[in-house]
Amino acid sequence: MKRAIVIAGITAVALAPFAFNSQYLVNIAMLTALSAVMGQAWNIAGGFGQMTSFGHAAFFGVGAYTAAILQTRWGLSPWLGLPASFVTGGLLGGFIGILSFRAGLRGSYFALVTLAFAEVLRVLANSLDFTRGGLGINIPLKQGLANFQFHNRQSTYALVLLMLVLTTGVAMFIKRGRFGARLVAAGENEDAASALGVDLVRTKTIGLATSGAFTALAGVVYTQTYLYIDPSIAFGVERSIEMLLVAMIGGAGTIAGPILGAIALHAVAETSHFFIDAPGFAPLLYGATLLVIIGFLPRGIAGLGARWSRA
Amino acid sequence: MLEVRKLSKRFGGLQAVRDVDLDVAAGSITALIGPNGAGKTTTFAIIAGFIKPDDGRVRLAGQDVTGWRPDRIAAAGMARTFQITQPFAALTVAENIRVGSYLRCRSPAEAMRRARSIGEELGLGPQLDLAAGALTVAGRKRLEIARAFATLPKMLLLDEVMAGLNPTEINEIIGLIRSIRDRGVTILLIEHVMQAVAALSEHIFVLAEGAVIAQGSPQEIANAPAVIEAYLGKGAAERMQRHA
Repeated sequence: MKRAIVIAGITAVALAPFAFNSQYLVNIAMLTALSAVMGQAWNIAGGFGQMTSFGHAAFFGVGAYTAAILQTRWGLSPWLGLPASFVTGGLLGGFIGILSFRAGLRGSYFALVTLAFAEVLRVLANSLDFTRGGLGINIPLKQGLANFQFHNRQSTYALVLLMLVLTTGVAMFIKRGRFGARLVAAGENEDAASALGVDLVRTKTIGLATSGAFTALAGVVYTQTYLYIDPSIAFGVERSIEMLLVAMIGGAGTIAGPILGAIALHAVAETSHFFIDAPGFAPLLYGATLLVIIGFLPRGIAGLGARWSRA
Repeated sequence: MLEVRKLSKRFGGLQAVRDVDLDVAAGSITALIGPNGAGKTTTFAIIAGFIKPDDGRVRLAGQDVTGWRPDRIAAAGMARTFQITQPFAALTVAENIRVGSYLRCRSPAEAMRRARSIGEELGLGPQLDLAAGALTVAGRKRLEIARAFATLPKMLLLDEVMAGLNPTEINEIIGLIRSIRDRGVTILLIEHVMQAVAALSEHIFVLAEGAVIAQGSPQEIANAPAVIEAYLGKGAAERMQRHA
């Protein structure tokens, strides 16, 4: 019964933007859902496996550039950008994972390595001709379903919503299965997990690759929506922080967490625009929100729900 | 079942383990005792793959497993517990045990069924759905054993599973270890609680300053001068003899 109410509530919130007339509001809804997709993808590595990445923009950016380069250089359909980015994001995750986990990096050391990877990619994208350097890549405007460009923001929102359902489904599937249990065990306590037969490098690398692959998909949608990508949009630290915040505010390691976190974060950010519209205020607010969450709700908003249902 | 030859490990200037030979017969309960700092836990860690030895071999059921990763050793049939218990705090007790079951079982439902049945068997029945972090010391020790046992090992290494328990709890754990052995699992245990060592083990190895100084039945060990000296200091055996 309780479950039915929750599901009905979620469906109502998710479908409400289709009734909005304001493209501004639909755009906010779309960005919120996109944050939730990225947060959910981050959660697979950072939540389940406790691989606290500070550089998930690396995957977002690689996804965005993969799709942009494929269509502007080789004229391939942007729809092919989705599977291609999924692969490049996954490969990057596998690469970072093998390097870091073979070296036994975890915790803040792993966080720093991921941050460094995102920064290296940003610098590379800024200086290489292949990515058109600091100019960035413009995607020619050719609206239509075949070009993965929608006149109507609601169509983009529908697509992002589908991706959110898919990513959430994958996260649930992982969490309930053997792989997920071993990933959580490896995240909780490496010695105990390996004593029980968990191959740490393999398990964590697969976790990070899966996370990277789904994060890259969000990069493709972003590129196709705004038709422009440059190194700081793609690989900027803000993007990495956004994913981490969304998952941690909502409740890292839970399925509902990234969705709740995305809604909370965007609600705070958008309402704050009405009061103070100074540049740099939003990051300040994000930081304050995270401090409040860590101080009072270490298990995020989802942890609050668990507390209520137990009481 | 387990055959250790000339095992050595040096940490900087400290020779933690020196030419250790151990033999554990299949189906037996064998104890490894010795004063604090004798190198027992280091020996365990080397056998289970957590520390690479400088020298020496470890053979499990005839297979050379020296220098293997811990997860491969677990897969080969040797499980260990930790002296300082290491529960997965965010998981329930049953989910903790299930991580062990997953080594030999792919299906989540079947792994959970096995985990719950092992939990019931080892006296964790009422706590199965609690968070593992909420267990008492005795509960955590049981969980360590249950998790390791859930990997269906041929050989189980128990590192001080009775430390910090009261006499009633110790007696329960003694019964539990016997019942695991009766299921065909060979057991090697590190223990300071002599009541338990005497009650359980058929063979004892005594380690002091990284080397095996004595071995034999509990009776032989209790009377061995080298052992008395290792615990009580040089000349202690002689003084005891004089006073006797």
